[in-house]
This record gives sequence, structure tokens and C-alpha cells, in this order.
Amino acid sequence: MSAHLSYEESKKLVFKGLILLGVITLIEVFIALIGNGHIISGFRLPKYIMYPMMIGFSMYKAYFIVYEFMHMRYEVKSLAMAVLLPMTLLIWAMIAFFSEGNKWFDYKNYVRTKNKVEVKTSIQPQGAVKPSTTYEIQDVH
Amino acid sequence: MTTDTIKHEVHSDHHPADGQNLWGGGKEPFKASYGKLMMWYFLISDAFTFSGFLISYGALRFSMPTWPLPDHVFESIPFYTGKAPLIFVTFMTFVLIISSVTMVRAVQEGHRENRKGVVFWMILTILGGLTFLGCQAWEWTTLIKKENVTLTRNPFSRHMENGVYLAADGSVAMKDGNEETIKAGDSYLIHKHDEAWDLRKYRVTEGQDAGVVKQLSFGPKAFGALFFFITGFHGFHVFSGVVFLAIIAINAASGVYTARKNGYEMIEKIGLYWHFVDLVWVFVFLVFYLL
Repeated sequence: MSAHLSYEESKKLVFKGLILLGVITLIEVFIALIGNGHIISGFRLPKYIMYPMMIGFSMYKAYFIVYEFMHMRYEVKSLAMAVLLPMTLLIWAMIAFFSEGNKWFDYKNYVRTKNKVEVKTSIQPQGAVKPSTTYEIQDVH
Repeated sequence: MTTDTIKHEVHSDHHPADGQNLWGGGKEPFKASYGKLMMWYFLISDAFTFSGFLISYGALRFSMPTWPLPDHVFESIPFYTGKAPLIFVTFMTFVLIISSVTMVRAVQEGHRENRKGVVFWMILTILGGLTFLGCQAWEWTTLIKKENVTLTRNPFSRHMENGVYLAADGSVAMKDGNEETIKAGDSYLIHKHDEAWDLRKYRVTEGQDAGVVKQLSFGPKAFGALFFFITGFHGFHVFSGVVFLAIIAINAASGVYTARKNGYEMIEKIGLYWHFVDLVWVFVFLVFYLL
């Protein structure tokens, strides 16, 4: 770093980074609060707007920490690639495990709906109290 | 550091086309010292560990019909009994960012061989780490003692259907003159009164179960285990970071790194680790508190 920037310049960059990360965090929290109706009552943001924004801001924070604070920008390219390229494996891990999670949901839901059908055919007094550990789902999709 | 860089530059000037010879030995292909390179490799493996945890959190969350809403779970702050969603964790995030910045300053002072500067900024970093740990201890205590979350029990959840709460005699419960209605998606916390769970009854008013009387059920069990394991694993990283920072600060103060004449490289290495801890928190913050 010292080879690329003067001491005064790099000092400035650090405090710029502090402001940047702080402001981004505040924006993220603001999105979470306004999106869930905490700031303006009755006003909510849909998840497909909130989530990509939060993920985008977090990715930018991660980029900034790695490239500026951890000096990845000033390392040779082969080192940066040796560290960053393996991380792309995680893209597949996310696709695989998240769709797996969705499948678990579908299967459990299938079993639950089937179980419910049986309960309704047997003699079951209205207003029965179900065990507290059962999850009840009415509207799946 | 300055002398190192100059040496490298001269080196490559003399061999402008030794790209194929770069890995033949005797050179540093990554132009980074062994210690720094190994710190990077350690961080890669650690990143995969954390990713494994966070991805399994996602998979389990996707497999559940409902999940506690973070800004309902994390709405307590010290010295205030009202609701302050996400304020405390935002403060924790700031603490970690600030300690990251003081760490960068320590590394910069190291490049200038400024022993006093290094020690000063490292002490501030250690204080930041300790503050973070203290905050986390408070957060955990609140969850465990006040809200009764454990590894296998999670009283936080969200309603999945519309309805009304029922009073003990079976009539509709009233609060401030209004019926206590339930909307799908609303958060609730099951309280404990005199060692007994207050599993309130409610009557569903819409959907295929309309008219059925049900009881509040506990939220997804996995939430507690995931929260304590992942934030605990991160907190343990912060803790071990603080220990290493302390050791290295003492060494720096005693002049060990001045004698090594390598631009306080040890500060850079612990700096990489400390920034990584901050980096992981960015993602822990994202998945546990924002999404």
C-alpha cells in the first residue's frame, strides 16, 4: 500500500472507508425497518425489492473490506485469483442447498396435507387442541 | 515493506519475460511473504466453514413453513424496555467496523515503523473487540434468560393464518376495548409465566380451517441452534482475535517487530484476520438480522 499511496492519502482512504461502511449499514437497516413497516405504519416493501438491495449492499461491503482493508487491490493478480476463484464454488453450494431446502419443505408439506386428510375423515371433535409441536399450514403457495 | 517492494520491482525489471520461470523456485510468484500467504489460505478455509454454516441456515429456513422475523426477535436494547428493532445489532456492527478501521491504522503505522502508533491503534482495536463481545454477551443473555430461547427451543414464531385470540373462558379476548385479532405473518413470542408456557388459544377466522380453535405453537427449533452456533462461532473468532491482538500488541510494544525490520508484517497478518472477522459479520448480519 505504501508503495502506491502516500501516508496522508491512505489515511484519508481509511476514514472514507469508515464513513462508507457506516452509511451503507445505516441504509441496510433503514431498508429493513421501513420494509417491515416500522417507520411508516401500514407501509411495507415487498421482499423481492428489499432482499436484492440488502444483498447487493452487503456484497459491496464485502468487496470494500477485501479490496481496501485487506489490500487485495494491491496484491498481484494471481494471488487475488487464488483466493477469490475458489469462492465461486459457493455459488453452486447455494443453488444446491437452497433448492434442497425447498424440496424438504415440499415433501414435509405433502406429508402434512396427507395427514390432515386422514384426520378429517375420522371422528374428530371440532375445536380439538393439536399437540404444540405440530406445524399447521393452510396456504402453501 | 518499502525496501521489499523496491527489491521486487528491480527484480522484475531485470527479468521482464520470466513469466514461465516464475514458479521454478527462488522467486515469490505471489509477491507475498510465506506468513501472509498462509494467512490468506487459512482465511479461505475459514470462509468455507462459515459459508457452510450460513448456507445450511438458508436451507433449513427454506424448509420451514414459517420463520421468526429478525426485527421482532432482536428488538431489545439495554436500559430501555420499549421496542427498538435492530438498533442494538446496528450498534454492534458499527463497533466492529470501527475496530476494523483502527486495525487498518495500526497496519499503516507499522509500515512507517512507528512503534507507538502501532500500539495505540492496536489497543483501540482490542477495545473494539471487547466491546463487541460484551454486546454479544448481553444479546445472548437477553435471548436465553428473558425470551427463553435455547439450542432446541424457540418461542419466537409468526402466525400463518388470520384469527382472534380467545380468553380463558372461550370468548374473544379483548385488549383496550378491541378484539385481539391475528393476521397471518404477525410475529409472536410465547412467554413463560411461573414456569408454565403461556400457550394462548386462538380461533382461526379465515381459510380452510376457519372456526377451528388452535393453540400457539413454538417456532422452528433450528432457529435457536443456528443462531447460537453461528454467532457463537463468529464470537469465538472475535475472542481469539482479541487474544492474538493482545499478544501481538505486547510484542510490538516490546520492540520485537522493530528488530525484525520487515515493516511490522505481523501486524498485517493479524490485520488480515481481523478484517476477515468483520467480513464474516457482514454476512452474519445480513442473514440473521436483515433478511
